Amino acid sequence: MEPTSRDQVDDALEAARRREADQPSSAVVRFGEDKPLRLDGGAQLAPWQIAYQTYGKLDADKRNAVLICHALTGDQHVHSIHPVTSKPGWWNLMVGPGKPIDTERFFVICANVLGGCMGTTGPASLDQATGKAYGLDFPVVTIADMVRSQAALIEHLGIESLFLVIGGSMGGMQVLDWAAHWPDKVFAAMPIAAGPRHSSQNIAFHEVGRQAVMADPDWRMGRYIEAGTSPKKGLAVARMAAHITYMSELSLHQKFGRRLQDREAVTFGFDSDFQIESYLRHQGTSFVDRFDANSYLYVTRAMDYFDLAAEYDGVLAKAFAGTKTRFCVMSFTSDWLFPTSQSREVVHALNAAGASVSFSEIVTDFGHDAFLLDEPEMFAIARGFIDSAARARGLDRKAGR
Amino acid sequence: MNVHSDVAQAANTPGRDARVDLRLIAELVEPGSRVLDVGCGEGQLLQLLAETRGVDARGIELSQKGVNDCVARGLSVIQGDADRDLVFYPDDSFDYVILSQTLQATQRPKDVLRHLLRIGRRAIVSLPNFGHYGIRAQLVLRGRMPKTSFLNYSWYDTPNIHFCTIRDFVELTKEPDVGAIMEKAIALNAWGQKMSLNAPWWFWNLFGEQAVFLLRRA
Repeated sequence: MEPTSRDQVDDALEAARRREADQPSSAVVRFGEDKPLRLDGGAQLAPWQIAYQTYGKLDADKRNAVLICHALTGDQHVHSIHPVTSKPGWWNLMVGPGKPIDTERFFVICANVLGGCMGTTGPASLDQATGKAYGLDFPVVTIADMVRSQAALIEHLGIESLFLVIGGSMGGMQVLDWAAHWPDKVFAAMPIAAGPRHSSQNIAFHEVGRQAVMADPDWRMGRYIEAGTSPKKGLAVARMAAHITYMSELSLHQKFGRRLQDREAVTFGFDSDFQIESYLRHQGTSFVDRFDANSYLYVTRAMDYFDLAAEYDGVLAKAFAGTKTRFCVMSFTSDWLFPTSQSREVVHALNAAGASVSFSEIVTDFGHDAFLLDEPEMFAIARGFIDSAARARGLDRKAGR
Repeated sequence: MNVHSDVAQAANTPGRDARVDLRLIAELVEPGSRVLDVGCGEGQLLQLLAETRGVDARGIELSQKGVNDCVARGLSVIQGDADRDLVFYPDDSFDYVILSQTLQATQRPKDVLRHLLRIGRRAIVSLPNFGHYGIRAQLVLRGRMPKTSFLNYSWYDTPNIHFCTIRDFVELTKEPDVGAIMEKAIALNAWGQKMSLNAPWWFWNLFGEQAVFLLRRA
């Protein structure tokens, strides 16, 4: 592709992305000055908005709602074409007619996270006080803030309690936060490939990513939108580094090995000789088209701050004391970003709290990304758990099953 | 020894089609109690308990297939094992902790037994009896490590690393740092029938193929 046409493509995508930040093509709820969002950092965010997608129908008694919490760079387009990239929904394997999260039985909701860039208020959104994008004037948000914004949406939709809250990775953190802070609103919870806190190693990787963004001269102290620039190189490097952590050594070896990219021999230069280099560069460049660099800073920060036990004197079990929620926790053997030990910690805390909990460690080579991929054991467990929870909630009788 | 008292017959006898040792165990459990089944397999006992005794039933199982089957049945089961995961359960979190045909496969049976008695108000342990005459005969007469339809492994690939006889187990429960009180004991013969309750221990130890014990903390 010629550079000019590539640039034009970029420009078109970037224009679409910037439009989504304030005027999302999905549903959106706008909260005015009278309904500020209280943030952990002390700020009151107002006005603010939350963009979301829904699939399926809400029952008359509003008991069949499923909330999906998306991961770091995900968004609300779980089961619909992405408005910027035109790619299919990111969890079509899990969500849809006849899928474990069956859109013919459940009313499925997924909202863009607070601090994101797909229509929920974040650093790329217009700050009405200044008429410019927030940039770094946007307050730092937490996982609990994201969940609080989702709770406001759920209340707006008139839903008293969610049948299921489910998500992987950062989505799993939100699931745990939902269960801890809003126990009466969560009938069943499925945190996948998550943990009770972001580990030192995970914070370290995020810091590398953020420093890559901020080291890009086009970042302009976060004011790149007004400057007419975009820190694409920095954000691409951040994505490349992060992407490595989503895979396992074995999956990299199987997928790429030391194979060379369109050449017979190494070139004794720094072009992408190896397929893995080419693949990572592609991951980096395609990511910057659809994601805002400042959003990346904020959302990674929210994950870093996550430590569910902290507000309970360091005793995780207290976060779930007295819970009636049914839990199903899942981890993956080759996930070294959120290793099984972290899921086990959650399970042990739930056991200590006397909660109803199932736990499965799925054997896979896919690493952390496994929750997004075709992992039949994961679907089998999810289907079993969700179906039995639906029976326990009496959802099936109404559906005539 | 006052362990040969009869099993109280409950109003609703658990399902007749279930494995006899599972039925026996289910009969020992008070209806409506909280139960943890350690090594719950595919959840047959948990399901039986949930259906016939209305218990709040939880499980621990090592195999992926077992966990999947259990979760699909709506049971709360975590993937884990007795040696590693029992330590994380708080004291007195269950009315009964059940270890069915699993003790002989644990790394540290004594620690496991102590955890059972710590976590549960009562523990129910069922185990294969290595003192059974058929097993003794294989070792004595044939000079080979015993292999039965019930314990169908070769010595080199068996998961059952800590065999004991009925008497061995009874002695273990009496050790000072275990300190269990045996409330009930039942032995089953090779045909799965309950053996005479007033038979002496040596008779059980010789002719019992498996035994079920109801224990509580001293």
